[in-house]
Amino acid sequence: MPAVPVKASAETVVEGDDLVVTLGGAWRITGPLPAWRQMLGERSPRAVRIRTAGLERWDSSLVRFVFEVQDWCRNAKAPCDATALPETVRHLVGQLEQAQDKRLSADHSRNFFAELGLAATDLVRQTRQFADFVGECTLSAIGLIRNPGRFRWRDCLSEMQQCGAMAVPIVSLSSFLVGLTLAYTGAIILRQFGGDIWVADIVGLSTLREMGAVMTGVVLAGRTGAAFAAQLGNMKAGEEIDALETLGIAPVDFLVLPRIVALTLMTPLLAMYANCLGIFGGMVVSASVLQIPPNAYWIETQANIGLSDVSVSLIKSLVFGMLIAVAGCLRGLQAERSAAGVGRAATSAVVTSILLLIVADAVFAVLFNVLGI
Amino acid sequence: MSAATDKETETSAPGAPPPAVGVEDLECRYGETIVLSGVSFSVREGELFFVIGGSGCGKTTLLRHLIGLMKPAHGIVRYFGENFTNEDLETRRDLLKTFGVLYQNAALWSSMTLGENVALPLEQYTALNRREREEIVSLKLAQVGLAGYEDFFPSELSGGMRKRAGLARALALDPRIVFFDEPSAGLDPVTSRKLDELVLQIRETLGTTMIIVSHELASIFAIADRVIMLDHDARGIIAEGRPRDLAAASDDPRVREFLTRGEEKA
Ligand SMILES: Nc1ncnc2c1ncn2[C@@H]1O[C@H](COP(=O)(O)OP(=O)(O)OP(=O)(O)O)[C@@H](O)[C@H]1O
Ligand SMILES: [Mg+2]
Repeated sequence: MPAVPVKASAETVVEGDDLVVTLGGAWRITGPLPAWRQMLGERSPRAVRIRTAGLERWDSSLVRFVFEVQDWCRNAKAPCDATALPETVRHLVGQLEQAQDKRLSADHSRNFFAELGLAATDLVRQTRQFADFVGECTLSAIGLIRNPGRFRWRDCLSEMQQCGAMAVPIVSLSSFLVGLTLAYTGAIILRQFGGDIWVADIVGLSTLREMGAVMTGVVLAGRTGAAFAAQLGNMKAGEEIDALETLGIAPVDFLVLPRIVALTLMTPLLAMYANCLGIFGGMVVSASVLQIPPNAYWIETQANIGLSDVSVSLIKSLVFGMLIAVAGCLRGLQAERSAAGVGRAATSAVVTSILLLIVADAVFAVLFNVLGI
Repeated sequence: MSAATDKETETSAPGAPPPAVGVEDLECRYGETIVLSGVSFSVREGELFFVIGGSGCGKTTLLRHLIGLMKPAHGIVRYFGENFTNEDLETRRDLLKTFGVLYQNAALWSSMTLGENVALPLEQYTALNRREREEIVSLKLAQVGLAGYEDFFPSELSGGMRKRAGLARALALDPRIVFFDEPSAGLDPVTSRKLDELVLQIRETLGTTMIIVSHELASIFAIADRVIMLDHDARGIIAEGRPRDLAAASDDPRVREFLTRGEEKA
């Protein structure tokens, strides 16, 4: 029948000490529904009898209503007579009653001390996992050197394109702007001494020794590290990693190593490119704001930076690239098997890689100082 | 009453209640690939209507077209006589509220607990308060045999449990039409039979129309009122009728083979 919706109705009549509730109409959960508490008001009947009159169609809303009435009766110790209801309604009400007592506890509660303890043990576990993973990657890399034919060159090349060539625009922009900013900042002080030309040295040295590699690292951590984690996390959620493992293929050989190799090779290239653009950015500021001709700037730059500075940049960026790839892949493989887990993996990949990057940078600073490079 | 009978005798079409679902000359395609074409059928209100066919014949695709997730290349889908395909988004949304859909992979929202998954439609479309919603949620979960699992996340359940939770969500609003994409895939025989009983019970109590995609011969024979069978090569319906009749007396060997699991020949 085309439902001409008759509103759900519940009328109460007092008969002696009893309250008679008459249910009728069409009960739709999405429609307007009577409320038991309002109907009851201040009354407290000794017993409740439920009847039906003109009950057309009903759904869970009726079941819930009857449940509420019976629940009230239980608390008020008033007998409730629901025998007039259709058998199926009573059956469903029974099911609802049983379900009420049955709630299983899935403990997702958070307690400060528990969290603290978990975080501490987690830190230990994570460090160990990281060490394990690095070990696994090393073994896999040794396997690669012994047997280069088995390496997934094609995957590696497409990753190289993804994390190298495709990152050129964003690396260009960020390193150019950093060079520009360095030049402006340097100029503020150097102007006071009339040593404008030394802007070239400041920009050149700080770009090569620090900013070029670090900026590239940060950009790649956000761009590629997160992508690695999301890809692998998604594959894990879809049981693709399990499928590899049951075939006897180590995910590290198949998925991780190509990515590490790709990023480790591409980061130094990108960093060199970033260095050039950083120096170029300084040159633009010098030429336009400080009135230093570009060739003078270039000569000054050449005079003061040497091969050691270039190799510092190369070594740093090589290590950064490796760290980012390792962190990204590890986070991806550790991801929980859900969409939210993949998201968390990507986030924590970025956080981990940037953290590792800064720590590594500090270690390099000390190391190069000791070695006098 | 008498007026209705009078009308019915005049012509059967205008007076009779419109079918719950009417599909006319539907064509479904992905880009240039035509998956189904010339599909027409109608489903009475309260009918248990099964869509069967081999893997890859376009059952899921048909379902996606019926519920408006994909736009048909050609043809019309009507619900209770109203043209669904050509309606504007607003009207379609209103109609969609009256549907429940169980997806092939359950499609539970992974960041929410089961309780929250089932409660979301209730929050959106009913005036129930929090406690009332919780009661409905626990009833729905109990109905699919998951009583007490409110606080679990989908990732903490088995595949079959997820499927049942998806069913609970599909039924949250006691919809007039429910679409099931392989409800019993991944369920054990007993649970699967209980699901059939549940389906019958829902139909009995609420008069819900159900369109069910299934391979489960046992449940097809147990509860289906009518089936249509799709075929990959024919790109459309190759048989329509009651499952027992088709198994016994279909002219098409493909249909008999499917319904007897190919054991007939042996
Ligand atoms: N996104 C898509 N793009 C192109 N073709 C598709 C797409 N999805 C499905 N198809 C094709 O449409 C056809 C029908 O697919 P559909 O998923 O509807 O099958 P099905 O009958 O539900 O199968 P199963 O029983 O295995 O679930 C298949 O041949 C498939 O190759
Ligand atoms: Mg399918």
